[in-house]
Amino acid sequence: MMKIEAIIQPSRFESVKDALLEIGIDGMTVTEVRGHGRQKGHTEVYRGREYTVDLLPKIKLELVLPDNLVNRAVETILKSAKTGKIGDGKIFLSRVEEAIRIRNEERGESAL
Amino acid sequence: MKRMGILCSCILTLVLSSLPLRAQQPPAASPAASATSPDAAKAVADKLNQLDQRVTAAQSAADNAWMLVSAALVLMMTGPGLALFYGGLVRHKNVLAIMMQSFALMALITVLWALVGYSLCFGGSGPVIGNFQFAMLRGVGVVPNADYAATIPQLTFMVYQLMFAVITPALITGATAERMKFSGTLLFMTLWFLLVYAPMAHMVWGKGGFLNASLGGRFPTLDFAGGTVVHITSGVSALVCALYMGKRVGYPKQPMPPHSMVLSFIGACLLWVGWFGFNAGSALSSGGLASSAFVATHFGAAAAALSWSAAEWLKTGRASALGAISGAVAGLVAITPAAGFVDPLSALGIGFVAGAFCYWMVTKFKAMFGYDDALDAFGVHGAGGTIGALLTGICARMVINPIYGEGKPVGGFDGHWGQVGNQLMGILVAWVLAIVGTFVILKIVDAVTGVRVTEDQEIEGLDITQHGEEAYNLES
Repeated sequence: MMKIEAIIQPSRFESVKDALLEIGIDGMTVTEVRGHGRQKGHTEVYRGREYTVDLLPKIKLELVLPDNLVNRAVETILKSAKTGKIGDGKIFLSRVEEAIRIRNEERGESAL
Repeated sequence: MKRMGILCSCILTLVLSSLPLRAQQPPAASPAASATSPDAAKAVADKLNQLDQRVTAAQSAADNAWMLVSAALVLMMTGPGLALFYGGLVRHKNVLAIMMQSFALMALITVLWALVGYSLCFGGSGPVIGNFQFAMLRGVGVVPNADYAATIPQLTFMVYQLMFAVITPALITGATAERMKFSGTLLFMTLWFLLVYAPMAHMVWGKGGFLNASLGGRFPTLDFAGGTVVHITSGVSALVCALYMGKRVGYPKQPMPPHSMVLSFIGACLLWVGWFGFNAGSALSSGGLASSAFVATHFGAAAAALSWSAAEWLKTGRASALGAISGAVAGLVAITPAAGFVDPLSALGIGFVAGAFCYWMVTKFKAMFGYDDALDAFGVHGAGGTIGALLTGICARMVINPIYGEGKPVGGFDGHWGQVGNQLMGILVAWVLAIVGTFVILKIVDAVTGVRVTEDQEIEGLDITQHGEEAYNLES
């Protein structure tokens, strides 16, 4: 089992979600987050006062998948989240020890 | 008046043309014709009398309808107009506090107005302040007060003027935003209303006030709807407050962007609409003068929205929503004293000047001196009110409002450049009264309740520390 954490542009979220659904992945957890990597923020001006906004809004997707689905999911996210500009985000992969479904206490990949 | 004249002459013609008919019939029927003519004359006189009363009642009804609507529109400027406009501009931890300050004034000033406020503004005929003639609203009923508005119940005039007294101190809260104690605000506003607003309103609008333009002032200052009385007094007092209280914690290093431009946007639009009651209502009647003021108000706002936006576009490369709405408000402020004196083109001119000037005030001037006028109460109301009062003296026309009598020049464009001097006198009095009055009041408030919240409270936000509430409980 692997966990995929993908930080993506909010504007790409809908297409990423649809693309994942198309390859049969329908479970995910989504969080609105703020952050920045290499992309610098932008400036806002209110009555002449300039503010630099360096933490930009992003969407974080979290998916836990059986090993055989991970590569396809990563490829799908890469394809659908890319705009080619700085600020497209990142994908992090990590191994997951255990998964437990709360409703019936199923464990392992069958709980996913 | 003209319309009434036409109406009267129509009625007269009708009555007169029916006379010969009546007079001709009786002689054929009866020999006692000579006995009926005095009766007929009396009947005609009675009829005329009745018609006269009905015409007066009709005019009163028309004027009263507009004035009651205007009073409601002006109240709408404070809540929700100003409350939303200011509320959106503060950080989310202070939005309830600033809205509550406006709302509290709707209640507080209303009570003070009934007790002594109306009387101090419009009672008696002293040069500086009113008297206690109308204290507790004694004698204020449906009978008009002919000194001020002969066609509407004095109750209407009283409640209309009250709405001005409500919004004026509320404007000051823009400068003290995000750091003034609620208790201190209430005490400050009570004293400010009595010691600054009441005398200024009486001097400019009250009978015998020494700046009054139509009721025997020594320096007749043209102020149609409150350029000096409302905007200069509140704007300059706002500056004094900002200087006295000092900057907000973290200003200007820490970013303090508006928490909701949408609220401010709605607020500004409500202000624009409400301003028709403020300015066109100041005609105190529903005739041509109200139309003139209505049009000037709208044109002034539009021109200033454009000129502020243009200035900003040139300077920063973008025209912002905040810039456009701030410009509109600046234009509305500047056209306030001029509304019932200038033609539509002058209104456009005043708006253009005010928009660009106020943009410069809130960006360059404020940065130059470094004071923290949080929501630019001075930059918009103080500066816009001053430039508007001055331009009124230049642009006022007798064809729009012959306030000094038929055929007598009013402003500079009529050739009466001395009016500009009178305007300067009015501006000077408003500035001095606001500076001295506000400073003294702040000293008193500081000694009694304190003016400013503690640093911890300020960081936590006024909503929680002053009112025990949060504006946005998104998790509930």
